[in-house]
Amino acid sequence: MTPARRYRNALIEPAPVRWLLIGTTLLLLGVFLLLPLVVVFVQAFKAGVDTYVSALADSDTLASIRLTLITAAIAVPLNTLFGVAAAWAITKFEFRGKSILTTLIDLPFSVSPVIAGLVFVLLFGSRGWFGGWLSEHDIKIIFAVPGIVLATLFVTAPFVARELIPLMQGQGTDEEQAALTLGAGGWRMFWHVTVPNIRWGLLYGILLCNARAMGEFGAVSVLSGHIRGLTNTMPLQVEMLYNDPGQYSAAFAVASLLALLGFVTLALKNFLEWRHGDELTAVRGN
Amino acid sequence: MEITIRNLAKSYGDVAALNDIRLDIASGELLALLGPSGSGKTTLLRAIAGLESVNGGSIHFGDIDATQLSVQERRVGFVFQHYALFKHMDVLDNITFGLRMRKRATRPSKSEIRRRGLELLELVQLKGLEHRFPTQLSGGQRQRVALARALAIEPRVLLLDEPFGALDAKVRRELRTWLRQLHDETGYTTVFVTHDESEAHELADRVVTLQAGQIA
Repeated sequence: MTPARRYRNALIEPAPVRWLLIGTTLLLLGVFLLLPLVVVFVQAFKAGVDTYVSALADSDTLASIRLTLITAAIAVPLNTLFGVAAAWAITKFEFRGKSILTTLIDLPFSVSPVIAGLVFVLLFGSRGWFGGWLSEHDIKIIFAVPGIVLATLFVTAPFVARELIPLMQGQGTDEEQAALTLGAGGWRMFWHVTVPNIRWGLLYGILLCNARAMGEFGAVSVLSGHIRGLTNTMPLQVEMLYNDPGQYSAAFAVASLLALLGFVTLALKNFLEWRHGDELTAVRGN
Repeated sequence: MEITIRNLAKSYGDVAALNDIRLDIASGELLALLGPSGSGKTTLLRAIAGLESVNGGSIHFGDIDATQLSVQERRVGFVFQHYALFKHMDVLDNITFGLRMRKRATRPSKSEIRRRGLELLELVQLKGLEHRFPTQLSGGQRQRVALARALAIEPRVLLLDEPFGALDAKVRRELRTWLRQLHDETGYTTVFVTHDESEAHELADRVVTLQAGQIA
């Protein structure tokens, strides 16, 4: 036995085991993650670039893109506000029912999105609790844009809060207290001390929230009513086009656009991790 | 400025953290609050600063009833045990934070703020380090920045929570001597908390010992 072999690092596996592990991981990644994405883009451009462009220029598809962007533009800021407020309350104050609040924040993660959609139908549908009142006042929530926004709000509620709570817990309240003793009011303390300390975690949470807001299918599907050009978001439009035999490649064109939005999010997220990794470790450590 | 504390009481549920505290601190005095952990010394210090609410009694800074004032209005210089420097600001921005947070009417001009910041930096012997960030400083240097930051607001009183707790023995001794000199130069009424008996006696004009929430 050579000395080098005797002093082999206990944490390094023999070469065949290493190659087997790496190979398996790469194979699974390729088959289950990379291949489907490649297929989406191949199918999207199969009938040529012209077909691709005209598929995206279709008025119903454009409407679905618009609706997805509007939904995200409403849901993401509102849930950012909610997330910051909830994380602030949970990490900086002691109060009764705190553990219940923490559990409630996770509810949208643990409940199936379809159930979330159904709950809103039960509340606001024509035979729901508020259905009578709503129809008397001619307010449409179900099978209309407000319902879609509500469903998205529900499903994406935890992202920002989940990202911030461990981060803010790790940071404690010392810096905030220091700011107070130095004469800063609550608002200035928040902007000058708290926000700069959580900014990268906050951005990270907003990115994840946005990705989900644009990609949500289940809850939105229950509430949308699938009216072309009116209540179809991009994921719903993809499904509808896919089920239409003549629109097969159009379905993949829209899907590729949705995938592209996901790529941008991922790229931004990786950039953040690379650039501000140490400030995010508190997040990933939890 | 002198501090007058009368019948101060604080409890967490049924547990009394501070019990009928009566304490007079003379203007310009350097006082040590000594006691084991859980004796209430840090609670008392935080109560003076207004960071901890009390159940009864009063704290006066001179003629001013501090119990009626918010943390901000009390204008105390507080040095936290782990310094609590603002990680995302450089040394100069940390030191001038209190001045920059003032309302427009009483806020000095930008150049004046900078001038005072640099002056304080020199006072705590960190000249030339104004653009460093807290993570780029040693423990002793951070402690000095925290002190300069507290002095910048021209505090009524200076409060230090275990100021040398997180430092190694050598730096501790150096800082102790230096703090004593600084106190004699600036003349601020200063209260510091420690559990180290020799440190308390070596540094302070007077040592007050707390035991289970009461002055022993």
